Amino acid sequence: MTCTDIQAALPGYLDGELDPLRNREIEQHLQDCMACAQTYRADQTLQTAIRSGAQYYPAPAALRKRIRSSIRPERTDVSVFPALPWRWVSLAASVAVVIIVVWNVVPRPSGLDAEQLMAQEVVSSHVRSLMASHLVDVSSSDRHVVKPWFTGKLDFSPSVVDLTDQGFPLIGGRLDYLDKRPVAAVVYKRREHIINLFIRPAAHDSPVEREPITPQGYHLLSWTQSGMTYWAISDLNTKELQEFVRQVQAST
Amino acid sequence: MWKEREEPDQHTLRRFEEVIVPHMDAAYNLARWLTRNDHDAEDLVQESYLRAFKFFGNFHGANARGWLLTIVRNTCYTWFRENRAEELTTSFNEDIHSTEADPFDPQKLLVQRESSQLLRQALEELPLEFREVLVLRELEGLSYKDIAVIADIPPGTVMSRLARARIRLKQCLSKLIGKEGYRDLH
Repeated sequence: MTCTDIQAALPGYLDGELDPLRNREIEQHLQDCMACAQTYRADQTLQTAIRSGAQYYPAPAALRKRIRSSIRPERTDVSVFPALPWRWVSLAASVAVVIIVVWNVVPRPSGLDAEQLMAQEVVSSHVRSLMASHLVDVSSSDRHVVKPWFTGKLDFSPSVVDLTDQGFPLIGGRLDYLDKRPVAAVVYKRREHIINLFIRPAAHDSPVEREPITPQGYHLLSWTQSGMTYWAISDLNTKELQEFVRQVQAST
Repeated sequence: MWKEREEPDQHTLRRFEEVIVPHMDAAYNLARWLTRNDHDAEDLVQESYLRAFKFFGNFHGANARGWLLTIVRNTCYTWFRENRAEELTTSFNEDIHSTEADPFDPQKLLVQRESSQLLRQALEELPLEFREVLVLRELEGLSYKDIAVIADIPPGTVMSRLARARIRLKQCLSKLIGKEGYRDLH
């Protein structure tokens, strides 16, 4: 392929939208061609800058309330108790109506729950690691170097797996903080996409697989396995990130 | 307007609340970036939700966010046609500079103290059709396939439109940062 072909396909490569064969061709070309590699790096930086710097506008609380109450109209009839004519029943029913109305008008805690807060922290840590040129504290593709590095720095031993053959080479490890507690950040790569895998002991032992979410354009998959909670975050497409997670789960 | 409609059944209501309501942030974010102001975005999202509820029976897919965003986008475009038609046509006058090489290095952006402000300004200056694909791609993380459906363009067009959008964004940033630098000097 010529540079013109490559440049035309670069956005698809950046966005993880090309098939594996095409990805390999481009990867190869980027290793050999400085000019195309430079274009690619510039677009990658721009992408990181937009994702971390451009404002995401969440829906204002007042709007939430307005929409909620418009789809759940106030109930005016109490026909759920049609056959009971006693006065106290109608009194009880109007109390029920008041409760229903209050329930709908008073905003339910629309704030963030613990898991969403955690997701936000994971995103921030991921973005920080990409921006501040502090991706790893220990840089090695050898798990026998990365895993022992955590010893003595954490009161648990995170699993570090070798997924080079599966196309997710290890980059290194980093000490990070989530929710004011130290966590292990193990860094892997798929093509030029960085994957941060955060690990820390779980609050409970039962295995959990959480719904994938997409905060600020990143993909985040989280699960609990063998007493540890994992968060895998990347700008890699969901399909490949899910494959990564399956590989980690299988090797852990 | 709701009182005239027959009371929706509880099952539909609950399902709507579980499936569609959680995507309100995505809906608002898109409307806010398209209209560039809070007031219109709020009205349009509310209108979109009423439409979504009305047509909820037609929704059978798994991609609730994409379905809702398509409605938000259409609602916004209808509003643009009625209120700001000029913004729908500006994109057709392709900028004469768009074929110039772009010398802008995004690293420059990362060292700017006001990078977030600069980005907002640059994104807001982009024609609607470029702004929408960038927001859907970078802030919502949607695939080309989903973007094609929402923005109502052929799947093959998404990549080239994103490419042009990124070039235009870099040109805007270059211009803005140039200006800022100028202001700092004087």
